[in-house]
Amino acid sequence: MASPDDLTGENAPLYAARKGVYPKRVDGPFRRFKWAIMGITLAIYYGTPWIRWDRGLYAPDQAVLVDLANRRFYMFQIEIWPHEFYYVAGLLIMAGIGLFLVTSAVGRAWCGYACPQTVWTDLFQHVDRLVDGDRNAQIRLANGPWTFEKISKRAIKYLIYLTIAFWTGGAWIMYFADAPTLTVEFWTGQAAPIAYATVAVLTATTFILGGFMREQVCIYMCPWPRIQTAMMDEKSLLVTYKDWRGEPRGSVKKAEAHPGAFGDCIDCNQCVAVCPTGIDIREGPQIGCITCALCIDACDGVMKQVGRPRGLIDYCTLDDAATEKAGGVGKPVMKTLLRPRTLIYFGIWSAIGAAMLFSLGQRTRLDLAVQHERSPLYVQLSDGHIRNNYTLKLRNMETRPRRVAVTVDGLKGAALWTEAGSRETAGQRVEIMLSPDSVTRLKLFIAAPGDGPARQDFTIATRGLDGDPRGDSDIIQFDRPEAGQ
Amino acid sequence: MVDRKRIDEATGTSTVGHEWDGIEELDTPMPRWWLWTFYASIVWAAGYVVLYPAWPMLNSATQGVLGWSSRSDLEREMQAHAERRAPITNAIAATPLTDLPAKPELMQAAVQGGAAAFRVHCVQCHGAGGAGVKKLYPSLTDDDWLWGGDLASIEYTIAHGIRNPDHKATRVSQMPAFGRDGILDAAQIADVVSHVRVISGQEKPSAAAARGEALFQANCAVCHGATGAGDRTVGAPKLTDAVWLYGGDRDSLTATIVQPRNGVMPRWGHRLDPVTVKMLATYVYSLGGGEKVSAPTLAPISEGQGADGQP
Repeated sequence: MASPDDLTGENAPLYAARKGVYPKRVDGPFRRFKWAIMGITLAIYYGTPWIRWDRGLYAPDQAVLVDLANRRFYMFQIEIWPHEFYYVAGLLIMAGIGLFLVTSAVGRAWCGYACPQTVWTDLFQHVDRLVDGDRNAQIRLANGPWTFEKISKRAIKYLIYLTIAFWTGGAWIMYFADAPTLTVEFWTGQAAPIAYATVAVLTATTFILGGFMREQVCIYMCPWPRIQTAMMDEKSLLVTYKDWRGEPRGSVKKAEAHPGAFGDCIDCNQCVAVCPTGIDIREGPQIGCITCALCIDACDGVMKQVGRPRGLIDYCTLDDAATEKAGGVGKPVMKTLLRPRTLIYFGIWSAIGAAMLFSLGQRTRLDLAVQHERSPLYVQLSDGHIRNNYTLKLRNMETRPRRVAVTVDGLKGAALWTEAGSRETAGQRVEIMLSPDSVTRLKLFIAAPGDGPARQDFTIATRGLDGDPRGDSDIIQFDRPEAGQ
Repeated sequence: MVDRKRIDEATGTSTVGHEWDGIEELDTPMPRWWLWTFYASIVWAAGYVVLYPAWPMLNSATQGVLGWSSRSDLEREMQAHAERRAPITNAIAATPLTDLPAKPELMQAAVQGGAAAFRVHCVQCHGAGGAGVKKLYPSLTDDDWLWGGDLASIEYTIAHGIRNPDHKATRVSQMPAFGRDGILDAAQIADVVSHVRVISGQEKPSAAAARGEALFQANCAVCHGATGAGDRTVGAPKLTDAVWLYGGDRDSLTATIVQPRNGVMPRWGHRLDPVTVKMLATYVYSLGGGEKVSAPTLAPISEGQGADGQP
């Protein structure tokens, strides 16, 4: 940093080393809430691939599976095909609007509690305290010489880092293949090279980002702290140091000596000591604050000890801060959370969710896509009829084999047959067996009398012949030679 | 600009001196790890330059100590694909052509292989998808065949070609140039055209057509048959249907009778391997006009390479 006297900043350094952050252990409601969130998110991450879900003979029995090789995405009873990717897009939109909702209501709660970078950094900081001891011991060790104790403690710590990082990478690949099978293959050296490469990359990134980069990711790399400034308004909850109550700062002794001269802040620095990103919340809202609320826990503990009311540092909106500064009383939390903006976000979010659930319940698992062959558009047959060729894509998205019929509608005198048949055996419809959970490509030939419009729309339809008559249809053209050709 | 630099009160950091509508930019120092990442990238790049082709020279580039090239990569990949395809290619080679339709998977592979070869060797004349070119090259997608549309006949035509003068086993026939060589005069040709248009349902019977029928029986029926049904053994087209290679209108028919084209198709038996010819046959067969019944072939297929007139 440049000295305050250096008004030009000519001597400011180009690069700044990371300042060590050694957050102190703290206890309180927010810390316990963070423990719970960490437990739940890590359990979801590590446990989900191991949940089984029976889908019958023709589909995998893993509850959540992103089957890239076969282009299927399974999530409990929902199976998504590549052409239904709009469901994934819908989920992403919901996630985006969910972030808007959470940010406008409670500020950077995602950053403070649920972001993987936060959760893993928190986990690694617990490892630091487990191996090196609490804040003061960590600082002593970091500044001390490389004794045998320091080397061995560092070795143990990095080994634990590596183990966590490895399990993190290892859990990731389980989402992309049958977890029990992949585990055996992985340890017996039979898994695909991409599996080992993925684990290696994720082990390295977890080790570096969680073990060393930590708050640098939030401060320098992540776009979300920048975007959130547009998401928040004066009614969003922020972790706030109530300077109108705390300033001027003074120790308990000074305050006793001069009653009324000092605010509630006793300048004990506990809020700084527990901060996982190493900032001082008393400097006001800043990009380094992920609103994890651990400083609230720390300050509340101190206030209790010195017999002053809690909440010198607390969740507070900018509006309430102005009100309280002027001597008023802030709004109750529920009123802050339930306001038009959050309700509109919530309305949009739920509407998308409800629409997706509705369309998931309504979708037909038999799909037809027809392509009219363009070379040639039509074929002159020797008896004067015209033949058009079509490529049919029949998607049987159910996990059972199916028998279906393909028919045409709106084309007079049409006869259809597939490669397996011939014009002699052609009729009004063809029957096809579809393999379970697969796409069947067919070449369909349709012959019709030559007298008719040069281009005519008609319908090709498919429906089940095995009890479920629902199906799909496609409107497509039939071409004939122009008159005089 | 530099003179506008000042220390920002809240952060204690200098500004860079730029200002946009009251918004200033802090001159925050870069994190040092960023610098190390930058140095690491330089080291990586140095290693890359040594290991891989990098510096452009006048005629080529530095080769790199690993000797990597995109060409050798391609060769390796093509080799791998050839190996991957080998079992299917061998199975197609071992299966008699007429048995292929009964094995849908093998047939499908053959059709796809044939489609690929068709795009390389055949589309120049027959067009993409075998649509043909009007008045030049026949469509392969319709149900009208000059030399037979069953698998064996198609394979024979591909292997031996049509009207190849240097090849004994080639398909051959010759329609005389009735007009050019003075066999029929213009009026007679007009009468024959009328008759052909009557038997193909394009004109109503007339006195000219009746005159033409007598001429047809005397001059044309030997190949095209008394009723104009054609004869595949000599590649004589059927004249009673709606499909016309060189056109069925009066002008086109007259031109054909005056001076026939007698089109030539190259033979592929000595250029392509037997499996490719086989696959091409299945592809052409699959285009929509394939005939299940095997037509009698005159020349035995087994004559193969030895019959091409060259030792």
